[in-house]
Amino acid sequence: MKKISPLLLLFLICAAVPASAAGNEAARKDILDGYAAAAGPGFAGFSAERGRPLFLGPHAGGKPETPACATCHTPDPRAVGHHYRTGRDIPPMAVSQTPDRFTSLAEVEKRFGRDCPAVLGRDCTPLEKGDFITYLSGQ
Amino acid sequence: MALRPHLLCLALPLTLLAVSPAFADEGEWVPPVRHAETLKECGECHMAFQPALLPAGSWRAIMGNLSDHFGEDASLPAATAASIEHYLVAGAGRGDPALLRITEQRWWRHEHDFSPSRFTRPEVRSKINCAACHKGADQGFYEDD
Ligand code: HEC
Ligand code: HEC
Ligand code: HEC
Repeated sequence: MKKISPLLLLFLICAAVPASAAGNEAARKDILDGYAAAAGPGFAGFSAERGRPLFLGPHAGGKPETPACATCHTPDPRAVGHHYRTGRDIPPMAVSQTPDRFTSLAEVEKRFGRDCPAVLGRDCTPLEKGDFITYLSGQ
Repeated sequence: MALRPHLLCLALPLTLLAVSPAFADEGEWVPPVRHAETLKECGECHMAFQPALLPAGSWRAIMGNLSDHFGEDASLPAATAASIEHYLVAGAGRGDPALLRITEQRWWRHEHDFSPSRFTRPEVRSKINCAACHKGADQGFYEDD
């Protein structure tokens, strides 16, 4: 029998790994549950309808060069974005295209903490964060 | 963001294939970044630059001022920043420590002494988008263009 090359073996093992869609789903839900709890009284669910204009802008108050999340993440959430200054590719924000989006709370909080002030001139509220993730989860 | 397993899976075997000894002898290769925190935290807005591209003094100055990082907020928890600084300084190269930018170092300007318009093309956008011209930049290969 032919020996399987180590390289091929690596590919095979790897092919089995990304089947953790359920894990991604659960991690996103945990993050959303946290924002829901933080949203305070009167919270009646997150809305993709509100998340969309947050993503597309334009907004005032932040840096003039970045009036929208879409400036770097592109207006089409399914497309590859580019950092407006460095040109670096940014994988699509749409969960359908990048399945492990919004699955690490530390990562999500770090980026909201940088990107919201750059665009809005202030932090995003828990409601806005949940709306944003909800919009992109459906894209 | 969390490491994408499928990307890693593609990159790893390809890297194994690409690292042929032929390259290692020609001074066009620098050791790639092998430090998970540096790859992740310094690789999201631009590629994670290899330690050898700047002298130790420049790395210290950069890591000492992440909240105003060339006009961006790149701040990190102190422990993460310290670990990254340690890694970058340990692998630092030569150059002028008074200059924070790779693209201002004399060797870099010498190698890229061509029309500025080549950097403003839409597929490049910036001098620091090394990978737009050097396909193997992430792995430390700068021989191609
Ligand atoms: C200056 C460019 C830029 C702008 C403007 C920008 N982002 Fe980002 N964003 C990035 C980069 C770079 C990353 C990290 C790379 C990645 O996650 O693929 C990122 C990642 C994120 C992430 C993490 C996603 C994850 O999977 O963990 C969130 C959340 C995010 N951005 C929210 C926003 C919001 C909300 C706005 C608008 C208010 C915005 N961004 C505007 C550059 C930008
Ligand atoms: C929030 C986005 C962001 C993060 C995170 C980030 N950088 Fe940067 N970095 C930039 C921008 C923007 C520039 C300047 C781009 C320009 O002027 O073309 C830059 C420039 C640089 C340069 C100078 C490049 C040159 O030669 O002109 C170095 C070196 C650098 N960054 C290192 C780092 C290190 C080390 C880290 C991790 C601790 C890091 N960066 C994290 C956005 C970021
Ligand atoms: C607009 C395209 C472009 C960009 C962007 C660019 N380079 Fe280059 N680079 C070149 C060309 C062209 C050469 C000279 C031809 C060659 O030797 O490949 C070169 C040469 C080099 C060399 C010398 C290679 C050798 O043959 O000895 C190094 C090292 C290098 N670049 C590093 C970088 C780094 C680091 C960055 C990002 C900070 C960068 N380059 C950005 C086009 C580019």
